[in-house]
Amino acid sequence: MWVFRIGLSLALFFSLSGCNLVVLSPSGDIAAQQGDLIVYATVLMLIVIIPVTALTIFFALHYKQSNEDAAYEPEWDHSVSLEIVVWAVPLAIIICLAGLTWVATHRLEPYDDLKRISEDTQIDPNVTPLEVQVVAMDWKWLFLYPEFGIATVNEAAAIVDRPVEWKITSATVMNAFYIPEMAGMIYAMAGMQTELNAVINAPGVYEGFSANYSGNGFSDMRFDFHALDEAGFEAWVKEVKDAPNTLDQHSYTELQVPTTAHDVTYFGTTEDGIWDKILNMCAGTNELCLNDMKMVDALGGGGLDGLYNRELFRGLCSADDPESLFLLLKPEHDPHKGEILSAVNHLPALPLAQSQPEAQN
Amino acid sequence: MASPTASTAAHGADAVNTTHWFWGKLGWDIFPFYDPIILGTFIGTCLLGVAVVGAITYFRLWGYLWKEWFTSIDHKKIGIMYMILGVIMLVRGFADALLMRLHQALASAGYVGFLPAYHYDQVFTVHGVIMIFFVAMPFVTGFMNYVMPLQIGARDVAFPFLNNFSFWLTVSGAVLIMISLFVGEFAATGWLAYPPLSGLTFSPGVGMDYYLWSLNIAGIGTTLSGINLVVTLVKMRAPGMTWMKMPVFCWTTLCTNVLIVATFPVLSATLALLTADRYLGTHFFTNEMGGNPMMYVNLIWIWGHPEVYILTLPIFGIYSEIVPTFCKKRLFGYTSMVYATCVIMILSYIVWLHHFFTMGAGADVNSFFGITTMIISIPTGAKLFNWLFTMYKGRIHYELPMLWTVAFMLTFVVGGMTGVLLAVPPADYVLHNSLFLVAHFHNVIIGGVVFGIFAGINYWWPKAFGFKLHRGWGLVSFWGWVVGFWFAFMPLYILGLMGVTRRLSQFEDTFYGIYFLIALVGALMIGVGVLAFVMQIVVSIWKREELKVGDDPWGGRTLEWSTTSPPPYYNFAFSPRVYELDSWHHMKTEGAARPTKGFVPIHMPHYTSSGIVISGFMTVMGFALIWHVWWLAALTFFASLVWGIAHTFNYNRDYYVPAEEVRAIEAAGNTSIPAAE
Repeated sequence: MWVFRIGLSLALFFSLSGCNLVVLSPSGDIAAQQGDLIVYATVLMLIVIIPVTALTIFFALHYKQSNEDAAYEPEWDHSVSLEIVVWAVPLAIIICLAGLTWVATHRLEPYDDLKRISEDTQIDPNVTPLEVQVVAMDWKWLFLYPEFGIATVNEAAAIVDRPVEWKITSATVMNAFYIPEMAGMIYAMAGMQTELNAVINAPGVYEGFSANYSGNGFSDMRFDFHALDEAGFEAWVKEVKDAPNTLDQHSYTELQVPTTAHDVTYFGTTEDGIWDKILNMCAGTNELCLNDMKMVDALGGGGLDGLYNRELFRGLCSADDPESLFLLLKPEHDPHKGEILSAVNHLPALPLAQSQPEAQN
Repeated sequence: MASPTASTAAHGADAVNTTHWFWGKLGWDIFPFYDPIILGTFIGTCLLGVAVVGAITYFRLWGYLWKEWFTSIDHKKIGIMYMILGVIMLVRGFADALLMRLHQALASAGYVGFLPAYHYDQVFTVHGVIMIFFVAMPFVTGFMNYVMPLQIGARDVAFPFLNNFSFWLTVSGAVLIMISLFVGEFAATGWLAYPPLSGLTFSPGVGMDYYLWSLNIAGIGTTLSGINLVVTLVKMRAPGMTWMKMPVFCWTTLCTNVLIVATFPVLSATLALLTADRYLGTHFFTNEMGGNPMMYVNLIWIWGHPEVYILTLPIFGIYSEIVPTFCKKRLFGYTSMVYATCVIMILSYIVWLHHFFTMGAGADVNSFFGITTMIISIPTGAKLFNWLFTMYKGRIHYELPMLWTVAFMLTFVVGGMTGVLLAVPPADYVLHNSLFLVAHFHNVIIGGVVFGIFAGINYWWPKAFGFKLHRGWGLVSFWGWVVGFWFAFMPLYILGLMGVTRRLSQFEDTFYGIYFLIALVGALMIGVGVLAFVMQIVVSIWKREELKVGDDPWGGRTLEWSTTSPPPYYNFAFSPRVYELDSWHHMKTEGAARPTKGFVPIHMPHYTSSGIVISGFMTVMGFALIWHVWWLAALTFFASLVWGIAHTFNYNRDYYVPAEEVRAIEAAGNTSIPAAE
């Protein structure tokens, strides 16, 4: 058995070793540009590395003690011209590389909208990106498709050549969301939203996984990513929609129980606003939502007032309507309402607080 | 996060229980002996321990060890003890590496492997912690301790007792980690223990507490040692040794210790905050209540990146000593070497964010940190060129230290190149946390630091003991390490490009199997290198009469070679007067003679047991805190405090070596100065 397996691996190694370096030859435009950058940077550095290696080997052999013919100058320890070369050549290479880095880092910034579909396809301004919300959980991936009101576990899909906007958070520890064929990774962190804009250019089933160690079930925290054509994607959406499950507080609480190698699960419907609750870490429990807490803090929470406010405004995520909240919070400050509110309005927009105000229970 | 040690109960309800009051979380279920690997290791360790203790007792060595070594505040003996600690922990850390390589080779070939995920996660965590904190650091500190005072013509470090104390605090941390193997568990979080995974919610067991207290205690030791060595370099250089006449190794030691003093407090503070999260219910780094794990990641790398240079710089210093000595030539570009070292020291502070480009800080921030990282490669490249041009028109003697150095130069450039590659943020997006990254940092740490450690050990061994290390076994060790390194890590580069991430204990594809198999073969070759190194030491001690050499076997250039080998405990009968760089070489060419008369009494410090005793208390305190035995923690804390205060009232701390004794020791040594080659 052993021998067979090794033989098989060897055969695979020699037959496929040239074409399975995913990172260098992926199927998505972003990953492809990132892979190309690896090649460019390597070539640039080899301009220094190869001569240095060759010189090292040459000097090491030529100036060995037994070679009496080699020159020997024990007191020679300085040469301005050599020093200039020694500092200037690496400097020149690094200047080139730094320029490349600056440009490439800005062009491939994962938060920015895509600038092209592929090397020879321009972006169609009429096509909006497909938004997919991603939640890293112990130890599985939850995907929400707000466009269709569906959700899946450990399986994602997208349309070939349509930009995808991944919005990523975590319900647990830090993870990294990574589909090597599509684009580089980005961290998933609880209470925060990171973003990744990318596109997949060839149909197929690709591997996605967590690239940041997250505990016991980490090795199995992987999912299949289906790159489908329009018809295939519609069929996939329909299949998910037909599933009877709903992603709501109850089913989310069940998902929060740590599991390893969770089965692919479809949710045909999702509770309204559940993504905001997940993001604000209050989807599964009756905890105060992060954005509510920040709102209370921003309006002077804390202390006994804070405790009172917490109960009073549970579930009231209302950065959109600070005025009414303010009146509830600090009625005694009503005369100064105007100036305080204008101060609140000058606060930088809270990125988390986006959900609609809800009726207070 | 099901912890097999079911000892995490007793937080609230039964806290009043008297058993719990006395024993904390300790119970009969704390020994993980259900695992045959641990049980086997435990039995083996016990047998070995009994054998060592028995032998020491049989040969009546306890008194000798206590009086001459454990309580010694001689920088040379402390340096040697650091090296011994490094070797012992290297064997432990390497055993963990073998376990991982074997497990991944099996797991990727379609077998389950022999380690459950929970155990495997502990193994890679402890491997990283041990290799950085208790292998590389002790080796580097050992070199700095032993060599630097001799190179600057000093009799000891500035604060000799502090030196002993620092060493025993480091041992204390190592002891706690070793205990965690058999009592309870170790952290399963990765070597930097990112929260919230390392917080109480997700890691309720004692493993993280072992991690924290081990590093809390050892970290204090390292900080103190850093202060000590900086002061030594600033205040205790021999007359005439201006900054620019200091050997390069001393320069790198200075920069390294400045880095230690500036960054280890950051580590201590960060770990203290995490400790508070776990023990006091604070929320610095939790998901809830305003905690911010990103803060931890920033803070730990503000320490973590300079730490890379803390390890690397002194090793660069070692190479800078070895290359001129074995090329029989002055070091090329001393001044640019010094400036390169200082530039690296400063730049190493402003690159930390490259460890987490993928956190999404934005293009401006990422580019800034990517470019600063690349800039570091300029002074590093200059250093490499300087060694290269030192070899140019030299007469290279291929003794073991020089072999290691050439292997380093050829290996390190590859690691440097992949490092710069990872500094390009978009490239890092696809390679971050992959096996490519793992291969990269092993490439620079093994190819840079470890090769340098072996070069240094082979170089200075005759200085410390008066005989050379065995060349045959040394060559076996050399080829095992060098060839093994390439076999072990080149497949990981390829796997990284295949998108394989690190820290996986199970694989879906058997496709990767062959690469992991090659890596395993490489690891076994390195294993041969490790064993051959141990054999080299054993055989050399066995054949020490045959291998005996003079005081200056390599034709050294710096002051440490001007004393006898081994040096007298006071190092120098007279402080040497320095006129030139490479002052021992200068003395030899000038035909300076060692003084034979006019000796004066030498002021020396007494040995003291305070360092080992206080550290002993701290070890028990750490253990008690890990297991929530509060009364014992309080008791040992106050004991160490009281002992420390009592120590300050000890006024009998120094003495004078009579001139007559100095004369006798100097007469017994070699008094003639050999002519320079």
